[in-house]
Amino acid sequence: MTSNSNVSNMRRLVEQLKLEASVERIKVSQAAAELQQFCLQNAAKDALLVGVPTGSNPFREPRSCAVV
Amino acid sequence: MAADKAEMDVLKKECDGLRTQIEAARKGVNDGNMSSAAGSATDVGRVQLKLRKSLKGHLAKIYSMHWASDSRSMVSASQDGKLLVWDTHTGNKLVAVPLKSAWVMSVAFAPSGNLVASGGLDNMCTVYNIKAASPKTLRELDAHTGYLSCCRFLSDTEIMTASGDTTCCLWDLETGKQKIIFTNHIGDCMSLALSPDENTFISGACDSLAKLWDLREGTCKQTFSGHTSDINAIQFFPNGNAFVTGSDDCSCKMYDLRSDQEVITYQDASLNAGVTSLTLSNSGRLIFAGYDDFNCHIWDSLKGEKVGVLSGHDNRVSCTGVPADGMGVCTGSWDSFLKLWN
Repeated sequence: MTSNSNVSNMRRLVEQLKLEASVERIKVSQAAAELQQFCLQNAAKDALLVGVPTGSNPFREPRSCAVV
Repeated sequence: MAADKAEMDVLKKECDGLRTQIEAARKGVNDGNMSSAAGSATDVGRVQLKLRKSLKGHLAKIYSMHWASDSRSMVSASQDGKLLVWDTHTGNKLVAVPLKSAWVMSVAFAPSGNLVASGGLDNMCTVYNIKAASPKTLRELDAHTGYLSCCRFLSDTEIMTASGDTTCCLWDLETGKQKIIFTNHIGDCMSLALSPDENTFISGACDSLAKLWDLREGTCKQTFSGHTSDINAIQFFPNGNAFVTGSDDCSCKMYDLRSDQEVITYQDASLNAGVTSLTLSNSGRLIFAGYDDFNCHIWDSLKGEKVGVLSGHDNRVSCTGVPADGMGVCTGSWDSFLKLWN
């Protein structure tokens, strides 16, 4: 019983490795270039990179005081 | 018995052969790495974010937080036995959800904003309707045989969970039943992340591996190695073609899905603390990683350099998150505070 399940586990492992081996791979240099391009294309809209203007910062306490 | 042993030997040989084949294929496309490709990108300089708000309300360690899709509400979970929903613009608490089990490890906001889910050492994922007059338990998803480490909604009718029982699971919230069980990890699953198109997801586990899965077929499509200890955190790069992991081995790594391998490691000799959590800025250029050293360190994802730090917590940073509009970053800590920075 144990040896049967070991065998079936190994068979599953072989099938899984065959699946993973069949992946089409692109060159790392191409992948890295495309990731870099994405970052650069979106940099201007990234508030944490370019900064948030004081007047429109949603998390900042408003400077002016309200007259009660 | 002898026949079994013979078959085992054949299968083992086949496995070894396939592993060698995969490594060779990966090496074959490994013609450079991220930092060399990023040589032409301008430096980001020193990233100095200011603390804008400290959210006080939890009475014990915070384990998890998650932004709502409106980039304004946020839910946090603490082992004081409560989930708190915050309005981050005012700092006010909107909803408090008392938990049956205080040992919570993960919390999630549904994209609709109607539901939140949490779970932990109770091995369950409980879903609450927070739009009702008082928070109402909608479903108790009970089938995992280990702790719930992470949960993420696909919609109000489907949710993904990751568990210490080494599996991830897709649940139908209308029936409360498991739709698909994802098995392949050989260690506790610690974290999961949905791809932007929601056709796939990635998981990180204590077997030090990250895996890419087909969400509808239930199959593991790719396995990524490199870390030498538990992977605690995993997030997709915003275009869905890469992902970043954080590990107890004190490093973060970026893996590219299409070249099927690690493309850069983020580590520093002076950083000897495990990574607990991570999140990326909207362009993917900045990685905010929470560490056991009480800080959240900021990395330039392209150049692999440390470019800043968020200091202020008095204990381990356990969770981090950037909202959809990318306007800030939230850190949560065992010191019971959540902090908002931008």
